[in-house]
Amino acid sequence: MMTENNKPILEVKGLKTHFFTKRGVSKAVDGIDFNLHKGETLGIVGESGCGKSITSLSILRLIPSPPGKIAGGQVLFKGKDLVTMSEDEMRKVRGNEISMIFQEPMTSLNPVLPVGEQIAEALRMHQKMGRKAAWEKAVEMLKLVGIPSPEKRAKQEPFQLSGGMRQRVMIAMALACTPEVLIADEPTTALDVTIQAQILELIKDLQNKLGMGVIMITHDLGVVAETCDTVAVMYAGNIIEHAPTEKIFANPRHPYTQGLLDSLPKIHEDQEELQTIEGSVPSPYNMPAGCRFATRCPHQQPICHEQQPELIEQNDGVKVRCWMYTDHWTAKSVKEEAVK
Amino acid sequence: MQAALDKKVLLEVEHLKQYFPVKTDSLFKPKAYVQAVDDISFKLYEGETLSIVGESGCGKSTTGRAILRLDEPTAGKVYYSGTDILGLNKKEMRKLRGDLQVIFQDPFASLNPRQTVKQILNEPMAIQDVVEKSKRMDRMLELLGYVGLPPEALDRYPHEFSGGQRQRIGIARALAVNPKLIICDEAVSALDVSVQAQVLNLLKKLQKQFGLTFLFISHDLSVVRHISDRVMVMYLGKVVEIADKKDLFDTPLHPYTRALLSSIPVPNPELKRERIILKGDVPSPINPPKGCRFHTRCPFATEKCKLEEPDLRELDTNHMVSCHYAEKFM
Repeated sequence: MMTENNKPILEVKGLKTHFFTKRGVSKAVDGIDFNLHKGETLGIVGESGCGKSITSLSILRLIPSPPGKIAGGQVLFKGKDLVTMSEDEMRKVRGNEISMIFQEPMTSLNPVLPVGEQIAEALRMHQKMGRKAAWEKAVEMLKLVGIPSPEKRAKQEPFQLSGGMRQRVMIAMALACTPEVLIADEPTTALDVTIQAQILELIKDLQNKLGMGVIMITHDLGVVAETCDTVAVMYAGNIIEHAPTEKIFANPRHPYTQGLLDSLPKIHEDQEELQTIEGSVPSPYNMPAGCRFATRCPHQQPICHEQQPELIEQNDGVKVRCWMYTDHWTAKSVKEEAVK
Repeated sequence: MQAALDKKVLLEVEHLKQYFPVKTDSLFKPKAYVQAVDDISFKLYEGETLSIVGESGCGKSTTGRAILRLDEPTAGKVYYSGTDILGLNKKEMRKLRGDLQVIFQDPFASLNPRQTVKQILNEPMAIQDVVEKSKRMDRMLELLGYVGLPPEALDRYPHEFSGGQRQRIGIARALAVNPKLIICDEAVSALDVSVQAQVLNLLKKLQKQFGLTFLFISHDLSVVRHISDRVMVMYLGKVVEIADKKDLFDTPLHPYTRALLSSIPVPNPELKRERIILKGDVPSPINPPKGCRFHTRCPFATEKCKLEEPDLRELDTNHMVSCHYAEKFM
């Protein structure tokens, strides 16, 4: 749960990640702010191309450069700015204090090295453990993530394991050095639902034991509802709404969040037709001057096309980037909305 | 759905088996087979949407491909309007393909990148010869209208479209030859939710408009709930349960279906449910467990389940389930 009084462990301030390509500058992440506290699970959701994965890669400075570049902002981890840190120092943070689980375990594990060896490597590097101690700890980690006969499995190579087990190995590796922040980028997207349930349960369980902050990046709103304390919704490189999970699902403020939730087929009720969001996402090479959702928004007013709204905190702690919730919105149309 | 009783059967699958040989280490070892689909039977009624759900490797896509003879099935019969399509020769089969169309998961891989939309839509019409040459242009524009694409799309290439638009092109291509049955193999799985909603609405609209029958293959149970009339659940090459949508979601009778339904994350944090978390992974289809194939992960498994394979029994009207102990969930 969120601890309000503590200082956040990770503060992202005005982070901008741009890609400089032949076609122009792609503003994949364009000024985002959020905080993560110890023990908190923050969900970052959004559709393909909204910048959620680029955000996570930027935090760990894993953006391929060129063409990518962190063009502005700060990422403060325990007060130190990761953006300006030297590569040597960064390496000590990565996989040690902040670690990451990727979507596809097959491409993020070394295919020709026994999995136990891959976990032990991180321990030897970061914790300066001896060969034997590191191996033993690796086996212990595999046991912790629920892999049966861990001594035997540790000696096997990734192709000998099933998809669910590989993802468990990734988690074991990410948690081996007891990180303070875990970034999980679509950790269960490649898995079947029954395995997904096991993995989500496991992450939650380990978080309770180790007290780390978790950033859960996903496009699956179901996963968010079941695992996260707060949710940041991203659209076209911006956070457009950031609120406690119950509030986002009970009372979404931003028209995009509303549209997103309405377009989900519901498992517990029958609907004749699904709601859709008209239009498509603006190109990251050519972002509109005003609100990035304006052209698709059912409530749009002239101001939406002129100037981009700020992410503003409401009375109840919900942050939303929309003119509808500011004084600039003409009162008449708010009433109209209410009637609707 | 009582209506199912007097509905016409469009497609009937009987004892379909699809085995794929796998490489063995030695020449002298017996040949091993992946039993991707192992003796399944079901009926598809005209105008309905039957969904096949299950996890990776359960044989749902293989079933779709076997019906279309994209892979030649190992054994079994597939009757389409009374004729056994597995007995047809190449020429007869080609003729029938006009009735049976398919939409694939990956709109990036299932459209030829070097053909314009015009060529993509023209090809099936030319092969099946359903529309006179002079009228094909009008037909293509009509098709684009059905799927909500502008006429300018005709001269463009697949890479110029977004994922959702490409899936619309795939749908237009399937419609081009006036099919009766469309097999949708994970047709919306690669799409973002807002786009997915558009494509699902489109499929429903077209089904009404043209009286289409859908065999909808998907792993996403929320989507299945939305689109289907009936649902069939598969596990390791076997059918474990078939029922009308409402019965399946309200009173699932197979322990696997129950676990599957309870594992779906629901976008509603208020809703607290009892979750059945299955232990372990799906066993290998090369050497599936004896008896009930689910017994290795089933929380209720007994000695009987390890030895005896359960039959698919009709426990309630149109509700078939293959479990020795399904009665206790009724």
